[in-house]
Amino acid sequence: MAHVQAQKHAPIGGRIITGPFLVLAVFALIATYYLVQRFVFGLGAVTNLNDGYPWGIWIAIDLVVGTAFGCAGYAIALLVYILNRGEYHPLVRPALLASLFGYALGGLSVLIDLGRYWLGYNMFLPWLSQYNSVMLETALCIAAYITVLMIEFSPVFLERLGLKNVRRKLDRVLFIFIGLGVLLPTMHQSSMGTILVILGHQLSPLWQTQLLPLLFLVSALFMGFGIVVFEAVLASVGFRRPMETFILNRLCVAMAWLLLGFLVLRFADLLFNGDIAFAFALTTDAVMFWVENALHALALYLLWPRGKRLTGQRLFLAALMLLVAGVLYRVNCYLIAYHPGDGWSYFPTVGEIMVTIGIFSLEIMLYLVFVKKLPVLHTVEEAYREEHAAERPPGAAPV
Amino acid sequence: MALNRRAFLKLTAAQGAAAATVAGGTDAAAQDLRRGPRPLPPGAVGLLYDSTLCIGCRACQAACKEANGMPAEVPERYAAWNGGTWDSPTDLSGDTLTVIQVYQHGTMAEKDSAVDGYAFVKRQCMHCTDASCVSVCPVSAMTKDPETGIVAHHPDRCIGCRYCVLACPFGVPRYEFDDPFGEIQKCQLCSNLPDRDIPACADVCPTGANLFGHTEVLQAEARRRLAMAPGDTYAFPRGVLLRDEETGEPVTDRSRYEGEVARYEQDVYGEELLGGTQCLVLAGVPFGLLGLPEDVPDTSYASITEGIQHTLYRYMIAPMLLLAGLIAFAYRSARKHRPEDWD
Repeated sequence: MAHVQAQKHAPIGGRIITGPFLVLAVFALIATYYLVQRFVFGLGAVTNLNDGYPWGIWIAIDLVVGTAFGCAGYAIALLVYILNRGEYHPLVRPALLASLFGYALGGLSVLIDLGRYWLGYNMFLPWLSQYNSVMLETALCIAAYITVLMIEFSPVFLERLGLKNVRRKLDRVLFIFIGLGVLLPTMHQSSMGTILVILGHQLSPLWQTQLLPLLFLVSALFMGFGIVVFEAVLASVGFRRPMETFILNRLCVAMAWLLLGFLVLRFADLLFNGDIAFAFALTTDAVMFWVENALHALALYLLWPRGKRLTGQRLFLAALMLLVAGVLYRVNCYLIAYHPGDGWSYFPTVGEIMVTIGIFSLEIMLYLVFVKKLPVLHTVEEAYREEHAAERPPGAAPV
Repeated sequence: MALNRRAFLKLTAAQGAAAATVAGGTDAAAQDLRRGPRPLPPGAVGLLYDSTLCIGCRACQAACKEANGMPAEVPERYAAWNGGTWDSPTDLSGDTLTVIQVYQHGTMAEKDSAVDGYAFVKRQCMHCTDASCVSVCPVSAMTKDPETGIVAHHPDRCIGCRYCVLACPFGVPRYEFDDPFGEIQKCQLCSNLPDRDIPACADVCPTGANLFGHTEVLQAEARRRLAMAPGDTYAFPRGVLLRDEETGEPVTDRSRYEGEVARYEQDVYGEELLGGTQCLVLAGVPFGLLGLPEDVPDTSYASITEGIQHTLYRYMIAPMLLLAGLIAFAYRSARKHRPEDWD
């Protein structure tokens, strides 16, 4: 495969209704069933939420992890537009799309989880705004960022509709939205760490630190890069496209440094406070702490530059480890290392899990529809397709 | 452009470093970052609960339910012998704003003894001087009265995010999970009931274990009890103990009664910890045994979070500078990397 230079974006085409798509649709339907129950009978009817654990996986996973996955666009915009690395340009649109869905569905999860959702608009009424609330800041950031992402992504629609004049006008001011599109996730992701500071002794000392905003920001960045790589590898396998190995390799170096910075900060802080002692007790917290950090270390080992290119497999594995480690850090912070006191316990119900699966399924379904119908992915040289067409076994279904 | 990329990156790095110092760094820096402590409001009121005087009759619990119009609770494990008429909650909930709990150990022979003894504790909102629930609420649904310091809840504003439930260090606010239109519930010292002058729980307490009054007066009363020797005779006030506006002396319009002073843990729970609480507890056993968090700092958690937040976002200067830099670089990059299908 020659070096693939991306020039244009194009829909990749193909049928929308495929086997995998139908499976995802079934998951989304099951989630809808539980959501109807949630709205008719209340949160208690579907979830195991209680006054000890008022936030469950709909917050810890759908929102906190979901928006971290949604940092793909953030990480790539930072590289392409701020650090001026134009070679990553082919990754911009798919990354923006991942961000749009990650954040939109994170916002949707919040609405589902709000106990008094019909008053949710109160967050946008300035006379009720409570500016000491980190939650208020994160909510406004999410709303603003979804809007900015829609504007950043709108050239895709304009191209599809052939509205060249509008597109040209938008291009003249797009740089403002690109700037906002980096600022807002910076604020939102760091504040999702700050949210936990006020929990004080209720969060295990292995996680409780005033560095939480910085750690959440760094972890959001490497999770964003992880999603970019993950998605690029999957797209190349699933849609039989050449892998952008060259640019992905350079991304890995950035990820490795971020990861190293995260681990150094994390341990330096614990050593400095003396809280590292809690890691050597025989507790669930200590075990989770070591598992989480071992995963981070493993990802770092896989990513560390060795002078030769990473193979596709190793790259995929590294991105996967990175995401799993980041997910575990967030779930530890928001659920596992949170101790509201004796007598409380929480494990999600089947309904809660199905809603989470349904929301992520919906995200993938939307992604598939968008890349098939809209110019999201960059075009591949015809030669590559013809060359590889023969490889497809006869009768094999496209993704 | 005056600001080149290198300078901008340096500036951003410097800001990041400042943020890092600000956010963690040394303990001294962290200390500096905290916003100052909140003073007790001028007319601060609260409850003094004296565990050694409590006889566990639960009259406070029943009166609270009646005053606030809340239904009886029968936990499943009591259902077999409780036909549903006897309200028997074991914890605070959406239907229970105050509850008497009991610590039990060994033979349970001696009252207010940690070993082979038992002790009561009353749970309700502590009405923190610097309340986490007020600090976290995005829509001002939790408010602290500037005069009385009572932490009140306004369901007409509340969006049900339950951050207050998560953040309260005493586990007080509760949400009605079983109601599709559930509300947050917590003690508001009966300030929500217009025809009550003092909270129902203090009103009905037969032994004065539960005393309503100005927090400063209650603090002095608690200190007075701690200063006495166990076995001394003292005239305990009942119901209410206020500050006389003219003399500043504690006054009550109810009869006092003579009783024996118990052996106290030498600390007034709520006077110092977490920035102070307007409700106080005295006990004969360590507070931790009664389920009250002890291993906590004296500064409030709200002052730490607000310190971080208002340092990073002071006048929105840092975010605006960052945005200006980002837009400048995005402008340059976008010009350079104009997509080639931009015809």
